[in-house]
Amino acid sequence: MITEVAQQKQEHPMEKLLRMDRIPHIWCPTCGIGTTVTALAVALEQLELDLDNVAVVSGIGCTGRVAGYMKLDSFHTTHGRAIPFAFGLHVARPDMKVIVFSGDGDLISIGGNHFIHTARRNVDITVICVNNFIYAMTGGQVAPTTPLTAKSSTSPYGNYEHPFNLPLLAASSGAVYVARWTALHIRRLTTAFKEAISKRGFSFVEVIAPCSTLYARLNKLGDGLDLMKFYHDNSIIKHGADPKDIDIEYQSKITVGKFVDIEKPTFLDCLNNRNKEVFGDKYKIYGGGNGHNRD
Amino acid sequence: MKADPKNVLVGSHYLDGNHACAEGAIAAGCKFFGGYPITPSTEIAERVSRRFPLVGGVFVQMEDELASMGAILGAAWGGVKSMTCTSGPGFSLMMENFGLGIMLETPCVLVNVQRGGPSTGLPTLPGQADMMQARWGSHGDYEVIALAPDSPQESFELVIHAFNLSEKYRMPVLVMTDECVGHMTEKVIIPPAEEIELVERNYTDKKPGEAWPYEDTKNLLSPLLPVGKGYKFHVTGLTHDQRGYPIINDEAQEWNVRRLIDKVTKNVDDIVWLEEKDVEGAEIVVMAYGITSRVVQPAIAKAKKDGIKIGMIKMVTVWPFPEKRVKELADKVKALIMVEMNYGQVFLEMDRCVAGKCQTYFVGHAGGTVHNPEDVYKTIKEAVK
Ligand SMILES: Cc1ncc(C[n+]2csc(CCOP(=O)(O)OP(=O)(O)O)c2C)c(N)n1
Ligand code: SF4
Ligand SMILES: [Mg+2]
Repeated sequence: MITEVAQQKQEHPMEKLLRMDRIPHIWCPTCGIGTTVTALAVALEQLELDLDNVAVVSGIGCTGRVAGYMKLDSFHTTHGRAIPFAFGLHVARPDMKVIVFSGDGDLISIGGNHFIHTARRNVDITVICVNNFIYAMTGGQVAPTTPLTAKSSTSPYGNYEHPFNLPLLAASSGAVYVARWTALHIRRLTTAFKEAISKRGFSFVEVIAPCSTLYARLNKLGDGLDLMKFYHDNSIIKHGADPKDIDIEYQSKITVGKFVDIEKPTFLDCLNNRNKEVFGDKYKIYGGGNGHNRD
Repeated sequence: MKADPKNVLVGSHYLDGNHACAEGAIAAGCKFFGGYPITPSTEIAERVSRRFPLVGGVFVQMEDELASMGAILGAAWGGVKSMTCTSGPGFSLMMENFGLGIMLETPCVLVNVQRGGPSTGLPTLPGQADMMQARWGSHGDYEVIALAPDSPQESFELVIHAFNLSEKYRMPVLVMTDECVGHMTEKVIIPPAEEIELVERNYTDKKPGEAWPYEDTKNLLSPLLPVGKGYKFHVTGLTHDQRGYPIINDEAQEWNVRRLIDKVTKNVDDIVWLEEKDVEGAEIVVMAYGITSRVVQPAIAKAKKDGIKIGMIKMVTVWPFPEKRVKELADKVKALIMVEMNYGQVFLEMDRCVAGKCQTYFVGHAGGTVHNPEDVYKTIKEAVK
C-alpha cells in the first residue's frame, strides 16, 4: 500500500508530456498558463497522436516558457518570431503537427505581422495564445490586448488605447478555426485544442487566463480564485458568434466558444495545386524537404 | 557527399552574381528559401522562385526580414538546407534572429548583397560597409564566418562553400557580396554534380534519451538532433547547458558563450581562406576582399612596373579575421594596405593585429562606386617612400 502511494507520487499523470527534469516550473501559483498546458497535454493524449511527430514553438514571455516544459521537440525562439520559425519548420516537415504556444504580447504586438500573414496563407499550424491582457514576463506593462481603463505598470492611470479583438483579427486574416475559452473551461478548452490540432490549416485558440501576480494585482481584482470566479460568472458561451461582436471590455462579460470552423486549401495545398497546374507531370507534389511525399 | 545532379545546372552560363548565388544555393541542395525583396539582392529571390518548383524546393516571399531569418532557422531544424538573402536595411532587421541562429547553432546561409548605407542609403550602388555589422550586428559575444565573393563565378562557388561551412560548424554563415558583384554579368562555369562536394548534415548516431543537442564534444561540433524521431529535445535562445535547458547563471554563460567562440577560433586554420600573390619577399602587401580585390589589381600592376616589391592578399573569408597571417607579415613587411569600400572597418582589425610592427594604410571611401585604382596606387607610392 505504502509503495503503491509512493509510486503514484513519482509518476506525475502528465509525465509523458512534461519534462519532469525541469520541474518546478517558473510560473506563479494560480497562473493560468499551467492550466492551459495541462489542457494541451490532455488534448494530445486524447488525440492519440504519435508524440514524436508533434513540435511546440514558443516566443518570449511567461507563456513563452511553455516550450521548455513540454516533452516534445520544442523550440524557444525570439520575442514575436515563434510563428515564422514554426512556419519554416512546418514547410520542412509537413508531416509533423507544429503548435505555437505563446503570449498575447508576443504573438499580437511584436509578432502581429507574422500572425496575420501566416493566417492569410492558411499555413497548417496551430497557434495557442494565452491572453492575460498584459506583458507579464517584463513586469506587467500595457499590451495591445489590455482592456480600456485597465491599469498596468505603463498605463498607471488606466489604458486609453483600443485593444485588439483576437478572434476577429484571426478570422479576418484567414484562420480556418477560431475559438476562445478561459482557463476555467478546461474541458471545453481541451476539446478546442483537439479540434484545432486536427484542423487542416491555420487554427487559432485564444485562452483568457489569469495573471494573478500582475494584471490582477495592479487592478485589484483579487487572487487566483477570485479571477476564476469572475470567469465563471461572466463567461457567455456562444458558438458561432460573429467575431465582430465579441470585444472584451474591462471586467465585462466574455463571449467564449467556437467562432470559425471552415475548410480552405492550406498554404502547401495551394503551392502544390498551382505548380501542378503550371508544370503538369514535371512537378512532383511537395510533401517535405526530406522527401516525405504525400500521396 | 556529391551534389544531386537534378540540382546542378551544368554548363557555361552568362550570369550576374545574384543569379549565380541562386544557382549555388540550388546546387548545394537548398530546399527552403524565405526572403523579402530588397535592391540589390532581389534577383537571388527571383531566380530561386523560378527554379525551385522543379527541384523540390519551397520559395516563400515572407512578410519581412525578421520572418525570413526566423523561417530559415525553423526550416533548418526541420531538416532542410535553408537560405535567405537581403541588403542593408534588411540585414539590420535580420540581426536578432541571426543571433538566435548562432545561439541555437543552426546551419543556414544568409547572403547580404551590400549597398551604400546607413539607412536607405544607396539602394542601387555598392558598398562594403556592413562588414562590422556582419561581425558584431547581433547583440552579445560570438564568432561569425563571412565570405566575400569577387565575381559571379565565385558567388556560385562561395554560396556552396558557405552551406558546407554552415553544416560543419553548425552555424549561420554569411556571404557578404555587394551590388557590383551582384549585378555584374560574367561567364559562370557550373561543373557537373560529381565535382561538387557537399557536407552532409551531421546527425547524432545516439538513440533518443541518450543524446543532447549541445553535447560537449571535443571539437565543439556537436551533432544535430533530428526532429520527429523521438529525441524530444529542447533548444532555446536563453543561455543553456548541453541539454539545451536554460540555465541562468554566470557559469553556464561562460560555458555557452565560450563554446560559440571556441568552435570558430579553434578551427581558424580550417576556416580562413586567403589567396596570396607575390607576398613572399614583398615590401608592401595590399589586402582586399570582394569586388575591391579586383579593383586594386591595376594599381598593383602599375606599382610592380615601378619596381616596387608588392604582394596582395585576397581575403575570401573576412571573418574570422586572418589574425595569425597578418601578425606574421607585420614582422616582415614595410607596410600593409587595406582597401575596402567603407570608412575603415576590416582595416581596424588589420591595424590591431599589426600592433605597430609595420606601417598600416587605409584606402577607403563611403561607397557608391568602386575605388579608383589611382587612389590605391598613390597610397602604395606613399607607403614605399
Ligand atoms: C525584442 C524583444 N523586445 C522585448 C523583450 C522583452 N520582453 C520579454 S517578454 C515580453 C512581453 C511578453 O508578453 P506576453 O507575450 O503577453 O507574455 P506573458 O509574459 O504575458 O505570458 C517582452 C516585452 C524581448 N525579450 N525581446
Ligand atoms: S507573472 Fe503572471 S503570467 Fe507570469 S507566471 Fe506569474 S501569474 Fe503567470
Ligand atoms: Mg501576456
